[in-house]
Amino acid sequence: MKFSLSWLKDHLDTTADAGTIAEKLTSIGLEVESVEDKAKSLAAFTVARVVSAETHPNADRLKLCMVDTGKETVQVVCGAPNARADLKVVFAPPETFIPGSNMVLKIAAIRGVESRGMMCSERELELSTEHDGIIELNADAVVGSPAAEALGLNDPVIDVAITPNRSDCTSVYGIARDLAAAGLGTLKDARVAPVKGGYPSPITTALDFAAGTPIPAPMFAGRYVRGVKNDPSPDWVQKRLKAIGLRPISALVDVTNLIAHDRGRPLHVFDAAKLKGNIRARLARDGETVKALDGRDYTLDADMIVIADDAAARGIAGVMGGEDTGCTEATTDVFIESALFDPARIARAGRKLGIMSDARYRFERGVDPEFVLPGLELATKLILEFCGGEASEVVIAGGVPEWRRAIAFDPARVARLSGLNVSESEIIRILKALGFAVEGTGQLRVTPPSWRSDIHGQADLVEEIVRIRGLAEIVATPMPHPHAVARSVLTPAQRRVGTARRALAARGFHEAVHFSFISRAQAAHFGGGDDSRQLENPISADLDALRPSLLPSLLAAIQRNQARGAAQVTLFEIGAQFASGKPGDQTNVAAGVIAGEPPRHWTKAGIRADVMTAKSEMLATLEAAWGQEVTVPAQAGAPAWYHPGRSGVLAMGPKHLAYFGELHPRIAAAFDLKGPVSAFEIFLDAIPEPKTRGTKTRPPLEISDFPAVERDFAFVVDAKTTADAIVRAARGVDRQLIERVGIFDVYEGKGVPEGKKSLAIAVRLQPKAKTLTEAEIEAIAQKIVAAVTKATGGTLRA
Amino acid sequence: MTDIASLERELTERIAAAGDEPALESLRVAALGKKGSVSELLKTLGGLSPDERKIQGPLINGLRDRVAEAIATRKTALEAGALDARLAQERVDVTLPAPEIVRGTIHPVSQVQSEVTLILADLGFAVAEGPDVESDDYNFTRLNMPADHPARQMHDTFYMKPQADGTRSLLRTHTSPVQVRTMLSQKPPIRIIAPGRTYRCDSDATHSPMFHQVEGLVIDEHTHLGYLKWVLEELCKAFFEVPNVGMRFRPSHFPFTEPSLEVDIQCDRSGAQIKFGEGKDWLEIAGAGMVHPRVLEMCGVDPEIYQGFAFGMGIDRLAMLKYGIPDLRPFFDSDVRWLRHYGFGAFDAPSIDGGLSR
Repeated sequence: MKFSLSWLKDHLDTTADAGTIAEKLTSIGLEVESVEDKAKSLAAFTVARVVSAETHPNADRLKLCMVDTGKETVQVVCGAPNARADLKVVFAPPETFIPGSNMVLKIAAIRGVESRGMMCSERELELSTEHDGIIELNADAVVGSPAAEALGLNDPVIDVAITPNRSDCTSVYGIARDLAAAGLGTLKDARVAPVKGGYPSPITTALDFAAGTPIPAPMFAGRYVRGVKNDPSPDWVQKRLKAIGLRPISALVDVTNLIAHDRGRPLHVFDAAKLKGNIRARLARDGETVKALDGRDYTLDADMIVIADDAAARGIAGVMGGEDTGCTEATTDVFIESALFDPARIARAGRKLGIMSDARYRFERGVDPEFVLPGLELATKLILEFCGGEASEVVIAGGVPEWRRAIAFDPARVARLSGLNVSESEIIRILKALGFAVEGTGQLRVTPPSWRSDIHGQADLVEEIVRIRGLAEIVATPMPHPHAVARSVLTPAQRRVGTARRALAARGFHEAVHFSFISRAQAAHFGGGDDSRQLENPISADLDALRPSLLPSLLAAIQRNQARGAAQVTLFEIGAQFASGKPGDQTNVAAGVIAGEPPRHWTKAGIRADVMTAKSEMLATLEAAWGQEVTVPAQAGAPAWYHPGRSGVLAMGPKHLAYFGELHPRIAAAFDLKGPVSAFEIFLDAIPEPKTRGTKTRPPLEISDFPAVERDFAFVVDAKTTADAIVRAARGVDRQLIERVGIFDVYEGKGVPEGKKSLAIAVRLQPKAKTLTEAEIEAIAQKIVAAVTKATGGTLRA
Repeated sequence: MTDIASLERELTERIAAAGDEPALESLRVAALGKKGSVSELLKTLGGLSPDERKIQGPLINGLRDRVAEAIATRKTALEAGALDARLAQERVDVTLPAPEIVRGTIHPVSQVQSEVTLILADLGFAVAEGPDVESDDYNFTRLNMPADHPARQMHDTFYMKPQADGTRSLLRTHTSPVQVRTMLSQKPPIRIIAPGRTYRCDSDATHSPMFHQVEGLVIDEHTHLGYLKWVLEELCKAFFEVPNVGMRFRPSHFPFTEPSLEVDIQCDRSGAQIKFGEGKDWLEIAGAGMVHPRVLEMCGVDPEIYQGFAFGMGIDRLAMLKYGIPDLRPFFDSDVRWLRHYGFGAFDAPSIDGGLSR
């Protein structure tokens, strides 16, 4: 919402300057986005007179002008066709910054003739896009005076962002009312005197709706004015509209724009000669079309309201009028429309049709229902003033809907909600200044004015008091602390996320954060891509599916890094993966990827993108997150995106804790990845909750001082036999005595039969009560051999 | 006599001349072994008369002891020499690179989230969470944005395709639905923050379709705007690590708070790096207000007894401001060069005693 300082002063008696006003506006909740003062930005430009204009000796299309700047007469080369002697122009001396061409003007030789300055077009001053010729000032402009003044631009323009609740401030008058309440001047009387009609209106209005609430259009008023002459509007109207960036069109159109901005009341003026019969507001028929004033055809649906005559829809109600019935220079008889529409319908129609107009902006926020008729009277008055003619009597269909609602208001609420102490009398003063009716004392009965449809309860009234007083008055108050020493506030699950994150970074992975949506094709590789996880309105086709796994995002990031020339890349992310498009169907995952060969090193050291590295990184992270040693065995059976033979799962019953392994070559190819890639996924939500114990004390330490004994065994087993089977068989022999079973060699090849492998284990025996004798050790060793042989069908290697 | 003395002289010379451990060992065997020259002498003691033995005994035994000691001494010297010689061979060029140190990083979003969480935890706020996929009811309706509310269209909502059961979810447009979930599941007093991912169907240089917010909510019987102001002031001072920060509270409008306000912080953007706590520019960093009574009601909290405040701020934006990160889009691009440059060390976790950042 833009307005100029002088326009504001039509309604507000104040001596405050633009800066003070801007500051106050922001402090009362009308946030100032900019204050544009052309008198300042155009200070270097002055009025000058063209003394003579001759054809350039070396160029037919250029003119050689002598220009009187008031200080001196200078020579200027000019390309404008309208440069002529005696013309008053806007002159820029050398070294002036020309905003429209974004350059600093220099003294230059143009086609061999020196030019010491420039005569400007509107585009060069960023006043409009007009560049066909230079600006022609009025003949009475004073040579040497500031051009901004001669252009009528010595009037600062303030742009305010209006929050959706403040429909009353979509008008200069409304803004003046707020400022007056905040003590920045006195609001002037702006009541509109009715214009008496001389004859019955030949056109009537009607509301043509089936019964139902809310009524799409509760009120439709209008009147006929005959014998008008639609010339350009007066200078002051044009200046005012131009100042806020509107293009003056004709007196009839300008009147509606003026009233929309001055009073927040949108109106429409029909060329009555183009209407067929009477007009009415009704719902559009599905597929009905209207050519709007912007020259485009719109197809409507039955949710939208139209203004129609006996023949057809003539305008999209509350959004934009129709071109066929618009006013032109030839218009002589008009019908002025002033109506009320359901804001929600206007919002929907505007949104669906993609039209943002000054009318929609106001109607969808809700206009003042009591200003339907005063707006019509004001329009009549201005049209008669600017265009002449005779006004008919007013016709009205429907009426002003009931808007009065009393709110019981306890003034103590102000302090209770805001912490601000404001006296009851000041509370009443502010409310009254804003147009609220206030009755009673102690417990107040407050009726908001017709223009404040946003006020419904006590909290809304508190906001009015607080914003007019200013939030700066509220004193920061220390909040009582529940505990002297802050307590831990994270849940175990939240702590796990933090620990996993730090652990992964400590192990050399870079944390990435990716969108939760990926392409459907990518999702399909990871068990997703189904309809339930599809977005209805994705921002682009390659971000249309909720991710079923974190890996596709990570792999795509690896690909981008490889494309940039990165060698080995190690990335991780912690975030949600989605099982469906329903709330709650998401799980927290920590996923990591190792891609590419490690940098070549003379020691051959480095992280390998293979299954065992993935397993070890996964285990280290899982252990950090879980907070205990992970004894869950790995098993085959990772999902299809992993290499079927070089991947595994950690599972506790049906619950999967983690996957790890080398990436399936088909997936690597689909993501266009180079070199080896391994990955892991840890399902943080599947980690069992820590057991809550009543005490923080640890159980007593039990250690044995008797010497431990280590014995090695090598077994020849089927190549398919798992290491875990052998280890479990060996450990099971005596869980008390056998402290650890390690695997120190795996061998296939010469010396071992085809289809078999040799697996060597080291068994560490830790006696607790006495030193083991050779005989006892031998007995255990034989049991171990027997157990492994029984479990695996293997034999002790000779 | 002469035999013993000359034998000792001869042995002493030969021990001193032994060049390595094997030579010394054969000398030891030749002297002290079973048939060694000194051992042979010792054997002669058995055939002597007690008187002779009294004289010869100490002489021969003394010889044996001295020779043994000389051998031991020589052995130690030879061992030391051999070790020196071996070590001289074992020299390594220490300027060679050791296996590379792995250096991972924490994303600025995570780091800033930890910082904000730590500050607010110290003020007694717990961390609450909610799903990214939300219902229309929690994201809008119970936050006082009924269907057709004009504020809804400002949210640029991502919707999911309708599910098989006819329901249609959306991606939460703000972290405020966590307020709803918290109020529905806990009794006041409530003091929580809710950090997390949020989504808007909007993408340009300063907007990303996914970004991060942190929401704060306090509900009790006596909380008012003065407390809100204090919390935000303390949060900003602590977060930006400046002794004072100029703040401006502007009235504004949100459907779920009443009164509503927006918060700007004072800064200086004249130089290459933005500075806080000074300057004449204002930067918007938060939206806030007293929770709307309708919201309390719809979340099962009696607005005649309880009231409270809420605030929300953008985590990505806080990260950009504090750490001078110029552009939002690279946050989600995972260029390892960017991650190394703007990321944080694994052990730089913010703490009460160690501070927020290095």
